[in-house]
Amino acid sequence: MILRRLASSRQGLLGMAILSVFGLVALVGPFLVGPIDRAGASPSLLDPSAEHLFGTDRAGRDLFVTNVWGARISLLVGIVASVISMVIGTLVGIAAGYLGGRWDAWLMRFTDFFYVLPTLVLALVLAAILGPNLTNVIIVIGLTSWPGTARIIRSQTLTIRERMFVDRARAYGSSSLRIMRRQVLPNVFGLVMANTTLTIAAAIFLETTLSFLGVGPRDSYSWGRILEESFSAGALTLGKWAWFVPPGLAVVLVVLAFTLIGGAFDEILDPRLRSRGGGSGAPDGHAEAAPAEDVAGAPLAGRV
Amino acid sequence: MNPALLEVQELVVEFHVQGTALRAVDGLSFDVGAGEAVGLVGESGCGKTTTALAIARLLPENGRIVSGSVRFDGEELTTLKRGPFRRRRWKDFSIIFQGAMNALNPVQRVGDQVVEPIRLHEPATTRRQAWKRVGELFEMVGISRDRRKEYPHQFSGGMRQRVMIAMALASRPRLVIGDEPTTALDVMVQAQILELLERLRRELGLALVLITHDLSVVAETCDRAVVMYAGQLAETGTVEQLHRRPLHPYTARLMGSVPDIGGVRRLPEGIPGQPPSILRPPSGCRFHPRCDHAMEVCAEMYPARRSFGPEHAVHCHAVSEEGRIQDPAALPLIPSARALAAHDPDAEGLA
Repeated sequence: MILRRLASSRQGLLGMAILSVFGLVALVGPFLVGPIDRAGASPSLLDPSAEHLFGTDRAGRDLFVTNVWGARISLLVGIVASVISMVIGTLVGIAAGYLGGRWDAWLMRFTDFFYVLPTLVLALVLAAILGPNLTNVIIVIGLTSWPGTARIIRSQTLTIRERMFVDRARAYGSSSLRIMRRQVLPNVFGLVMANTTLTIAAAIFLETTLSFLGVGPRDSYSWGRILEESFSAGALTLGKWAWFVPPGLAVVLVVLAFTLIGGAFDEILDPRLRSRGGGSGAPDGHAEAAPAEDVAGAPLAGRV
Repeated sequence: MNPALLEVQELVVEFHVQGTALRAVDGLSFDVGAGEAVGLVGESGCGKTTTALAIARLLPENGRIVSGSVRFDGEELTTLKRGPFRRRRWKDFSIIFQGAMNALNPVQRVGDQVVEPIRLHEPATTRRQAWKRVGELFEMVGISRDRRKEYPHQFSGGMRQRVMIAMALASRPRLVIGDEPTTALDVMVQAQILELLERLRRELGLALVLITHDLSVVAETCDRAVVMYAGQLAETGTVEQLHRRPLHPYTARLMGSVPDIGGVRRLPEGIPGQPPSILRPPSGCRFHPRCDHAMEVCAEMYPARRSFGPEHAVHCHAVSEEGRIQDPAALPLIPSARALAAHDPDAEGLA
């Protein structure tokens, strides 16, 4: 249902189209192309041909196969790391914003601490300490990318907290925890989702960077690692464009796709903007018709 | 008269603002019988809403009840611990908040929002039972049960107010406090909502405290009214008494400020001056600077409560022993009052 609404926005549609291609490659691609070649399976540094679509790397591995597996790893890192970051960021943001006072002060100082540390440097250090395997890289990215989310969610929570329905929920006996869960969370959820898709883009980018700098996962091939190997082999000067263009382009496209979807998400998760798209939860059409006009007058409806 | 369901006695509420204590409600007493509708009337800022919030213990952090008692069904509420109080609020009495536009969560289906208080106060209720009960509540307040699944933006202002009322009735309270429940609604919808409240009162035996600045609303729905001025009780009585024979000069002026569509065409009189600032309230009777009956004693002390008949009581020095506002000419007026009595427009400046 959400997907259909996502498709009704042009940028959402484009983002989804790009993403579904890569998603499909990541999910079923590895089964079709088989395992990554062992070193020396083919002659090294071949140019693209019918047999080797993207040519081979210096160790003689087929680069098309490696790139297909890279899609799986890059997306996995991006999504899992973002979920970690989203959960931490949302919990910290809502707690700080809603509870206020001392809670707010301490939680936000804690957030600021992470915020001022350059993410890349922190991730580099952590990855070097923990050891460069896939799980650690995911954890490192998750733990370093939440402060932005926390700040955004906190500021949104601050405005929600002052709304009448929060007072009313308190009046009929909701505890603070329940208000955060039932009143605040649903109201910041659109923002959380929008932010998560953006975080995924950033996480994929960060993973690529870490790999490129040599502290990415050594136990699996991501796009970043392919780029790193092409770079250290001097693929650019060798004119082996097929070694670095496909993974580079793939990263750019996936990051773009998530950014587009992130922008579209914000609108569609707001029920006030939902009515005209059809496919809303209400089965009775009559109720939809008239109030949809009200929506046009609502301040949020003005956006493109 | 019925035995009192809600009894408020000598309630004093203060707000702490920058180190000073501001007295927003000063010694207010009134009671509400079971099934009775009582209006709490006064100008904006006179402490009506503060009174409601104090009763419900929903005052902002800087406000507190300094003294006085609030009893519900004979039980003292002000000394109740937090937990027990929270369980009783909404079950004993509930509140319809001012401004229905913002009082619903925009991203939650309205039905689910009414389910919340039901399940909080009756944890044994299943979701399905609660949902069914929401349907009944909706029909009770005049909304089709099919609309439970809709979102607040699909409701008009009046419909949202009905949802608010359904929510207030969710845990079957015996008393509902309506804080300006019809303000910001257009007149037709206002009438419908008042009619609905009236019907619910009859059918459910609900007691009602109606907080409003609108005298016609009180006249239409309430049995009795409590007139407040700047946090103090001015006069209380049946709507009939207050209308026919107001004792407090403020009540008299208030009644005089309503245009009479049936009678002679004239401008309503109004009350010269402005309500006092709560930051520096006048001494004694807080109305004295605007009162055309004010005497020395009015500026010195707040008049004691004097009852005339079982329901009618007033706090005013200018009321005679027989229960009549005395002619200002016969009273030792202070200059501001003399000016007002002479209809001197300059007197406004003195307030």
